[in-house]
Amino acid sequence: MTTVYDDLSDAEAGDVPVNRIRFTINGKKKVAEVEPRLLLSHLIRRGLGLTGTHMGCDTTNCGACTVLVDGRAIKSCTMLAVQADGHEITTVEGLATASELHPLQEGFKQEHGLQCGFCTPGMMMAAKQLLDENPAPTEEDIRWALSGNLCRCTGYQNIVKSVLWAADKLRSEG
Amino acid sequence: MYPSRFRYEAPRSLDAAIALLRDGGEDAKVMAGGQSLVPLMKLRFASPDLIVDINNVPGLAYHRQDPDGSLHVGALCRHAELERSALLGRAHPTMAAAAPLIADPLVRNRGTLVGSLCHADPQGDWASVTMALGGSIVAQGPAGRRTIPVADFVTGPFQNVLGPAEIAVEAVIPAAQGTRSGGYLKLERRVGDFATVGVAVALETSGTVVIRAGIALTGVGGSTIAAPEAERALVGQPLSADAIEEAATAAAAAARPKTDHRGSAEYKRHMVHTFVTRILSRTEPLAERAA
Amino acid sequence: MSQATTGSRALDEIKIGGLGASRKRVEDNRFIRGTGNYTDDITLPGMLHMEILRSPLAHARIVSIDASKAWEVPGVHLVLTGDMMATRNLAWMPTLSYDTQAVLATDKVRFQGQEVACVIADDPYIAKDACELIDVEYEPLPAIVNPQQALADGAPVIRDDKENQPDNVIYNWEVGDREGTDRAFEQADRISRLQLHYPRSHPSPIECCGSIADFNRSTSKLTVYMTSQAPHIIRAAVALVAEIPEHMIRIISPDIGGGFGNKVPVYPGYVCSILASILLERPVKWIEDKSGNLISTGFARDVYLDGELALRDDGKILAVRMRTEADHGAFFADAQPSKFKIGLLHSTFAAYDVPVGHIMARGTYTNKAPGGVAYRCSFRVTEAMYFQERMMHAAAIDLGMDQAEFRRINFVRDDDFPHRTPFGFLTDSGQYGECLDVGLKAVGYEDFLAQKEEARKNGRLLGLGISTMTEPLGAGNSREYDILGIKMFDSAELRVHMTGKAILRTGAKSQGQGHETTWAQIVAHELGIPAEDIVVEEGDTDTAPFGMGTYASRSTPVAGAAVAMASRKVRAKARKLAAHLLEVSEEDVDWELGRFYVRSAPDRGVTIQECAMAAYSNMPDGMEPGLESVSYYDPPNLTWPFACYIVTVEVDPQTGVWDVLNMIAVDDCGVRINPMIVEGQIMGGLTEAYAMANMQFQTYDADGNCVGANYMDYLLPTSWETPGFELHSEIMTPCPHHPIGAKGIGECAAVGGPAAFVNAVMDAIGDTGVRNIDMPLLPDRVWEAMKYRRDVSGAPPVRTDD
Repeated sequence: MTTVYDDLSDAEAGDVPVNRIRFTINGKKKVAEVEPRLLLSHLIRRGLGLTGTHMGCDTTNCGACTVLVDGRAIKSCTMLAVQADGHEITTVEGLATASELHPLQEGFKQEHGLQCGFCTPGMMMAAKQLLDENPAPTEEDIRWALSGNLCRCTGYQNIVKSVLWAADKLRSEG
Repeated sequence: MYPSRFRYEAPRSLDAAIALLRDGGEDAKVMAGGQSLVPLMKLRFASPDLIVDINNVPGLAYHRQDPDGSLHVGALCRHAELERSALLGRAHPTMAAAAPLIADPLVRNRGTLVGSLCHADPQGDWASVTMALGGSIVAQGPAGRRTIPVADFVTGPFQNVLGPAEIAVEAVIPAAQGTRSGGYLKLERRVGDFATVGVAVALETSGTVVIRAGIALTGVGGSTIAAPEAERALVGQPLSADAIEEAATAAAAAARPKTDHRGSAEYKRHMVHTFVTRILSRTEPLAERAA
Repeated sequence: MSQATTGSRALDEIKIGGLGASRKRVEDNRFIRGTGNYTDDITLPGMLHMEILRSPLAHARIVSIDASKAWEVPGVHLVLTGDMMATRNLAWMPTLSYDTQAVLATDKVRFQGQEVACVIADDPYIAKDACELIDVEYEPLPAIVNPQQALADGAPVIRDDKENQPDNVIYNWEVGDREGTDRAFEQADRISRLQLHYPRSHPSPIECCGSIADFNRSTSKLTVYMTSQAPHIIRAAVALVAEIPEHMIRIISPDIGGGFGNKVPVYPGYVCSILASILLERPVKWIEDKSGNLISTGFARDVYLDGELALRDDGKILAVRMRTEADHGAFFADAQPSKFKIGLLHSTFAAYDVPVGHIMARGTYTNKAPGGVAYRCSFRVTEAMYFQERMMHAAAIDLGMDQAEFRRINFVRDDDFPHRTPFGFLTDSGQYGECLDVGLKAVGYEDFLAQKEEARKNGRLLGLGISTMTEPLGAGNSREYDILGIKMFDSAELRVHMTGKAILRTGAKSQGQGHETTWAQIVAHELGIPAEDIVVEEGDTDTAPFGMGTYASRSTPVAGAAVAMASRKVRAKARKLAAHLLEVSEEDVDWELGRFYVRSAPDRGVTIQECAMAAYSNMPDGMEPGLESVSYYDPPNLTWPFACYIVTVEVDPQTGVWDVLNMIAVDDCGVRINPMIVEGQIMGGLTEAYAMANMQFQTYDADGNCVGANYMDYLLPTSWETPGFELHSEIMTPCPHHPIGAKGIGECAAVGGPAAFVNAVMDAIGDTGVRNIDMPLLPDRVWEAMKYRRDVSGAPPVRTDD
């Protein structure tokens, strides 16, 4: 991110090298200038103001930050923003169209698949990759696909039901 | 949570990457999946000056079996591809057993087998698997290409023999002389945990006779542990309950576990024995004979 | 007030989203879109970022702190150290348990991870860079990691900052009848004894703690957005600590990503961000990282038990005796009712008809983060019920009795309520035996026992574990319950607009429990206003009536009751308006859901919406316009849900790994406002029970290094390990004193669940005679117990080769 420093001392702020990157996010093309060390999750949350992608840990375990990069679910806290150059990112904000929720979003609401909501965007993005690749997952498939996303509130049972609901709806929509 | 500053390059060819490493100074690191390196950088356990990201180098995202039967896994082949691989499912049982057990599904989408081997985490799973299979790593550097056996690749925790400007470009599993069997069992307390104990067993049989055996252990010493005595107990004869017991005992003896919050040394040794026994007892040749 | 009766035009309560409707959640609409408003999502103009430097050592004298290099980093605005805080009398702060706690360390660090300094900078990356440049010189001291070490002769005094603190004892507390209990033990046919450690756990919601402090010089007002389950308590605490007048403090708890008790205490980070904002006159955001959260914020449990039951050979319990040691960490900072040092531990054995008992509890300081009361514990009721059900399991074995029968014959009987427990609680209602019946039937008890025998012949180990309990939820009545002297009532304020829509604000604060959905359902039940016409707000101390927040499953019992009472006050005024509109006297007016009507001419009626309109446009002479009310509810008693949890497992004898075959939960929590949400709460609690039983804990090595201070080591189960749950709700015993008959429920499964899992594994390996394996029952512990036929302790320090 481009940063402006208060000039608190005589010392030079110094040259903070930034890289220019181009990427697509939720279908929109963007250009950004970022420090190499900026995490992708911070680019998404602070640079782009898309705060639906959450950060829950600092050791790449919890999966709350899951987004799709070129359709693959990855932990955005463990990818550098510069690595998004030339790629397509989808976040939770990109699930719904202007008029309709994605069946996953509907499913989580119908089946009470969320309580505090903090893990939910990450869960849905991981589930989206699953459903994109496997339109008729079993409970076991779902639990396996979501085993990189932690939830403290629900016990996962309703999350599984939510994904099954979404899979049914997607199949019936053809 | 926030890495220190570093310079970043994302070259579009191997030669460019090697040149960047050559000129990049002492503290340059190659990044592929980044699923081991980025977490270390976030905790500031690693603070390289320069990151050379090879994700834009074409021609590295493959895994294939050559006509001679050798398996080649490119530097950008993700764990997830190996987990999904019909080839591995069909022809490489030890690899196929391990792939789903690496980290979690999201990390598997980015992380790479070759990257994992280079990272040289003493608790890495692929290291045991490739060691048991007699694999090697192909490295490319300013002086050209060279092949390094996995057994010689790691020199200590998080240290490998690659020179400062060398990049590992693929891992190779040699062709089998016989029929492959084997597996990988990992005692993890939950998905994504490091192994408390991991055991890789790779057999080749000709008829019922075991002609090659590879056994390597994860998490029971400061590094991946080979179990040559256990291997010798199996080779040259059909699998039998006695041979399995001898191999399991020898493998447990080769382990150098420590007592810690994952369990006592005694337990870990016992688990090595148990896992070796279980993998061998379930392999095809024995299953056929047991009928 | 009457409920909806036989009028012909009563609204369908389920259709309008009243009690019993599994109404879909209002909150979901923003969460599924990723437009929730969590603290870290909030950006204020000019906002700066704070990072904390933490101590790497568990116990050490601070020799020097040199922050000069940190100040020089471009983008750094302020570096705070303990000395600087001390000049403003802020290096120490009072805790909610009448102790003091360091905000930033001055003389010593007393636990690994303790806050030593903080940096405020343009962005958190820079703040972190600067933290790394702060040079702290430590002189290590011996670390104390368990109460035994704390109490040993010659142990270093951790709190040498306190006057009159010669050792590491915080309190000694007792309750019950010592002489009576001793006599009962003398007369017992048999004494069953059990010793164990309930290990340290951490609530660890996925969202970490954080605050954005915004002091506005031009208005002199301090606004703090923060992750708090109890914003009004925070306002009171900040007024105390920062010496800003109460009306100039506004605490806003936005959306919270899970609380579980972790977001009740006042943390040093909050205080530092507030001071920094005051000094810099800019908003200062502090969001901790998970490692900081795990190592320094309010942990849970860490209590040692020495428990005994005096038994008659026919299975009757004559008395219970417990000695407990609680490891509180370096500061006594629990949020719990001030009268009870060990929370509501003495609610133990409330489900059983035990005539007499005695508990002695001691609390000690150790070199660990402060806490103990957290994590869906209902104020240490998790300990109470875990101890209880583990002791029950052991006692049944000692007596040679069936586990279910032993419990059944000791249950308080259905007709025996209200029932006075040996420690002074009054349980309100229940049908314990019926719940047990449902559970046994669901798990197929007799069949399973037969299966277990068959399996044993083939070398397979199956086991079944039961845990039954009633617990006190809804703290609490003003006679006995207060925190910092503030009574533990709760509140609701309801305003009905002229078109019959409404806004409701309460003193509770949901962190996922669905209050925006469920409180509206109570109003719908009382007033017939469709739930979707009612907006619910919580968490802003400028607008919400004073409440003590949401934790310990108190909100349905207390705030929910306040919602009902506020609604009834509105209905009482609406009745007057109805009489006016119908031109009859009030005595002639009857109510059915949504409508007042003339008793003698039921077709003549007015809807609640018409009454609302009248409140603004057609009031009777002398009536104040408007239609609203506020209610502060002081509960007469706690509520007492009952639960029966039954788990079946298979243990792999070679590896010690165990798998759950079935997990049956029978919960009687009285009237369920929203069955779907109640089930969600139960499943969440069961997962935490499974986690604690199977893999999740924090411990320490001999040097005081915390094991389990990040998500690599602190293991939360994933969707892959977590078992499925079978929930039952057939038994519903209304709470006799709650306005809508509801009882608390949010924590029951975390309270009662762990013992069911542990008892099941113990049952599976019952042939070994092992009496106890401390949680978590990790494979290596189970294996060791089986191999050596001995109990396995998990108490710190961690065993190593050395």
